[in-house]
Amino acid sequence: MNRHFVGDTAVLLGRSLRHIARSPDTIITTAIMPIAFMLLFVYVFGGAIETGTDSYVKYLLPGILIITIASGISYTAFRLFLDTKGGIFERFQSMPIARSSVLWAHVLTSLVANLISIVVVVGVALIMGFRTGAGVSQWLAVAGILVLFTLALTWIAVIPGLTAKTLDGASAFSYPLIFLPFVSSAFVPTESMPGPVRAFAEHQPVTSIVNAIRDLFSQQPVGTDIWIALAWCVGILVVAYLFANVTYRRKIS
Amino acid sequence: MLAAMNIPPTDQVQQAVIHVQGLEKSFKQLKVLRGMDIDVARGTVFALLGSNGAGKTTVVKILATLLKADAGTARVNGFDVAAQAAEVRESISLTGQFAAVDEILSGRENLVLVARLRHLKDPGAIADALLKRFSLTEAGTRRVATYSGGMRRRLDIAMSLIGNPPVIFLDEPTTGLDPEARIEVWHAVKELVKGGTTVLLTTQYLDEAEHLADRIAILHEGRIIVNGTLDELKQLLPPAKIEYVEKQPSLEDVFLTLVGSRTNKEER
Repeated sequence: MNRHFVGDTAVLLGRSLRHIARSPDTIITTAIMPIAFMLLFVYVFGGAIETGTDSYVKYLLPGILIITIASGISYTAFRLFLDTKGGIFERFQSMPIARSSVLWAHVLTSLVANLISIVVVVGVALIMGFRTGAGVSQWLAVAGILVLFTLALTWIAVIPGLTAKTLDGASAFSYPLIFLPFVSSAFVPTESMPGPVRAFAEHQPVTSIVNAIRDLFSQQPVGTDIWIALAWCVGILVVAYLFANVTYRRKIS
Repeated sequence: MLAAMNIPPTDQVQQAVIHVQGLEKSFKQLKVLRGMDIDVARGTVFALLGSNGAGKTTVVKILATLLKADAGTARVNGFDVAAQAAEVRESISLTGQFAAVDEILSGRENLVLVARLRHLKDPGAIADALLKRFSLTEAGTRRVATYSGGMRRRLDIAMSLIGNPPVIFLDEPTTGLDPEARIEVWHAVKELVKGGTTVLLTTQYLDEAEHLADRIAILHEGRIIVNGTLDELKQLLPPAKIEYVEKQPSLEDVFLTLVGSRTNKEER
């Protein structure tokens, strides 16, 4: 690893965070859609949905957090795309810096931006009546899962950010990710779904992640869900990281 | 700043700081470079002329370690661009065809960013000195998105100077600029050379090469077809005949007389 990796990453992270601070709309738009879904499902559909729990907002919040992250990471592809199209990417590549810093700065920026969006969404949920008796260790576990999930999805976002030909192409990849929670246990229990849909819903990553977070919030024993959730997050993270780096190396050499 | 510039003793001045031999590069079926050779002496401005698509940018990208050549050798400041890419990057700065500036940051923040990435001490002081040198002090705290094309290019060139790299590549620095901004950029390049920097400049404007370059090479169909000083190039044509022609002002003369007074004042 290049001896300047940490310093260069910090400098470039500072640059990207400044971008976000100067256009906070990227955080607001990231939070708005999940909040709208939350309002819609709690106050419009929620009354008709049988989840077997006392509070629907409590049932819903984990899925909403997943949607927040899925929509937030498209900004990583967006920002990376703008860098590669402008001359600044080539300037960085022709400078004596640690080359992986360029990607890591974007990935860490995504982590910061998504955590801020998540705090905003959780704040709205609290106003809507979300309550949890979760202690510090449960909250830390929830944060850990969300950080891993954000990193995994962000490394996926790096790939279209580097390869897209148009701005629309760079951010369109996230739409399927946003809709994945709908076919999971995020909004309704999977038992209510017809056979094949239920089979898909129960074996895709979102369901185990949502169930694990839900159990942590309601102080239930987390069971095997948390291990399946972690396996999914780490698995996606490793594969996406490797593919993103292959793509990057191909692009810069 | 000059003290750190590492000006070599005179006997080395003629030594090539950029040495390119037999360079070849193809993109799929398209052969862009077919065995190109150039040598650029230290402290000079070398202009690479060519029409659109002649391969000028490809040469610059190979020399700046952004592209790998298919064949041939290229050395910059004594380092091989393929085998010693990290050392080459320490020795160069690239100002690409599109101004490589961050639009969301201010001019000063852009300069500080590059100074930090070059691991220099006191980035703030470096930024302020360059803002002054390129007449951008007043605009320094404004976001670059509000800059004119000429200001953007000046900032771009100022960013390339940070860390005093001995070699600077300017890829079509004035393409898309209005005549006033073009003169601003020429002014900036001349400033640069005063400090002993070697400049490889690509351009499609003949007058730009005439104005700035010590040596001029013409890149055509992937090879250098002519390479020499302006006078040497002129001798390739039959000797000048004396003709009497009424001197008409060019449109550029008219334009600059009408709007250029402000620029001239700034330059002084």
